[in-house]
Amino acid sequence: MLKINNLCFSAGEGTERKDILKNISLDIKDGTFLVLTGPNGGGKTSLAKAISGIVQPTGGSIVWNGTDVTDMSITERAHAGISYGFQQPPRFTGMTVRALLQIAAGGRTLSRIDCCNYLNKVGLCAADYVDREVDTSLSGGEVKRIEIATILARGSGLMIFDEPEAGIDLWSFAKLTETFRDLHKESDATIIIISHQERIISLADEICVLSNGEISQYGSRDEIFPKLIAGEMSYGCQYMRKGD
Amino acid sequence: MEKLDLNLLKEIALMDSIPTGAYNIRKNGGSAGRFSTESIRIESKTDKPGIDINIKSGTKGETVHIPVIITDTGYSETVYNDFFIGDDCDVTILAGCGIHNCGDEASRHDGVHTFYIGKNSIVRYTERHYGEGEGNGERIMNPETVVYVGEGSTIQMDTTQIRGVDSTARKTKIVVGKDGFAIINEKLLTHGNQYAESDMDLILDGENANGRIISRSVGQDDSKQLFRPCVTGKSKCFGHIRCDSILMDKATISSVPAVAAEHPEANLIHEAAIGRIAGDQLIKLMTLGLTEEEAEEKILAGFLGE
Repeated sequence: MLKINNLCFSAGEGTERKDILKNISLDIKDGTFLVLTGPNGGGKTSLAKAISGIVQPTGGSIVWNGTDVTDMSITERAHAGISYGFQQPPRFTGMTVRALLQIAAGGRTLSRIDCCNYLNKVGLCAADYVDREVDTSLSGGEVKRIEIATILARGSGLMIFDEPEAGIDLWSFAKLTETFRDLHKESDATIIIISHQERIISLADEICVLSNGEISQYGSRDEIFPKLIAGEMSYGCQYMRKGD
Repeated sequence: MEKLDLNLLKEIALMDSIPTGAYNIRKNGGSAGRFSTESIRIESKTDKPGIDINIKSGTKGETVHIPVIITDTGYSETVYNDFFIGDDCDVTILAGCGIHNCGDEASRHDGVHTFYIGKNSIVRYTERHYGEGEGNGERIMNPETVVYVGEGSTIQMDTTQIRGVDSTARKTKIVVGKDGFAIINEKLLTHGNQYAESDMDLILDGENANGRIISRSVGQDDSKQLFRPCVTGKSKCFGHIRCDSILMDKATISSVPAVAAEHPEANLIHEAAIGRIAGDQLIKLMTLGLTEEEAEEKILAGFLGE
């Protein structure tokens, strides 16, 4: 169970100070597939980063599997079973895709075949990528898919993916949605995906709409999804994209 | 051979034991072992310190080890090794220098290696430089490499200096002929108060000559590095320089790549980047369970291909 209690996060100094997250509370049961959606700047990435320890909340708490992780470091949270796939993953000159996947897998030794399986799941032809360096020779979409593969290789109890669809071509996107569906079906992991894509949102058990740092809608897919499709939400411009 | 010698040999020539194939081991200016094969003949020079390595045309799949080790503090030498490589060869040459200086006087090795490569041959040349020892005496190495790449031939030069060398001034000059290819992979890590400079001159002098310089370095502590790679195109050719450096602590690094076209169909590119390890790189690896220190080590190891 992931319990987020009255989480607040503010950034900036003096008059520039801005409240990014305002009293966010969520109870996410084990094995739930939750999609976080909402307009850009609504606080989705900040919430994901607060859960994984990359930003320190200014108030409230985060409890994962009965343990208060609010003051834990990023590394400690990773060991506690929390992983986060970056929206804009960094590149590592000289480090091969295989080496990065091996770091993700921790103490478990990955064979070449294991690495290839993870890459196939994100729509990459494994033989072409496993020995390549994660550097600027890869496109944004390729780096993004490798990032998702690292989260799959890590196999944590809580997997957070930040806009996994960004920069990914249509064919790969179809493969990716299939992977997320299978992951949810075959594992007990709690999955949180930040997304604007109808096809990903439609896979969710629960949908949480974050807008202006607050939860504006939170409920089951059956409850929230029709409202999103109908465009009934009243927070400005349309933000959801139709999947192809 | 002593344990100390074996340690040095392992660091610089990846040797655990006496190698198979031709070899020449030089220790404190003397010979600690030599072996020639039917195809590869090693002979001492008669006019100056050093050896001639003659590789017959058609030699394929053979390896030559020519490591140099210095364990006497205060010992200094300049050595000239010349390689004469015939046509249609495919050979690997492992060289390098290891200095163990436990005294207070500087130990120094200046090695001048010259390669004459015939036609349609492939040569992989690896040199590693390494220093150790608890003494205050400096460990100094100034390698100079000159390569003449014949028509249709390839040289891959991998030059590595990771830790322990207090001062190095390296000079590399490669002249590539028609349809030839040269690739230089340079890896360097300096720490403490070390100083390293590297001048490279890649001259593409034959139709369709192709050359690349890939340099990666890490500067730690108060060390200083200076890189001056230059590619000159004297014919229809392609040349590419890429220098990446990671800056740590108070180290300083200057990277001054240059390209010079002396032919209208010379196609030359240079790229250079110097920066600290990015925060998001560390954070990414920390989200995968590494501590900040472990993340830094992994980033450096990947960068230097260790």
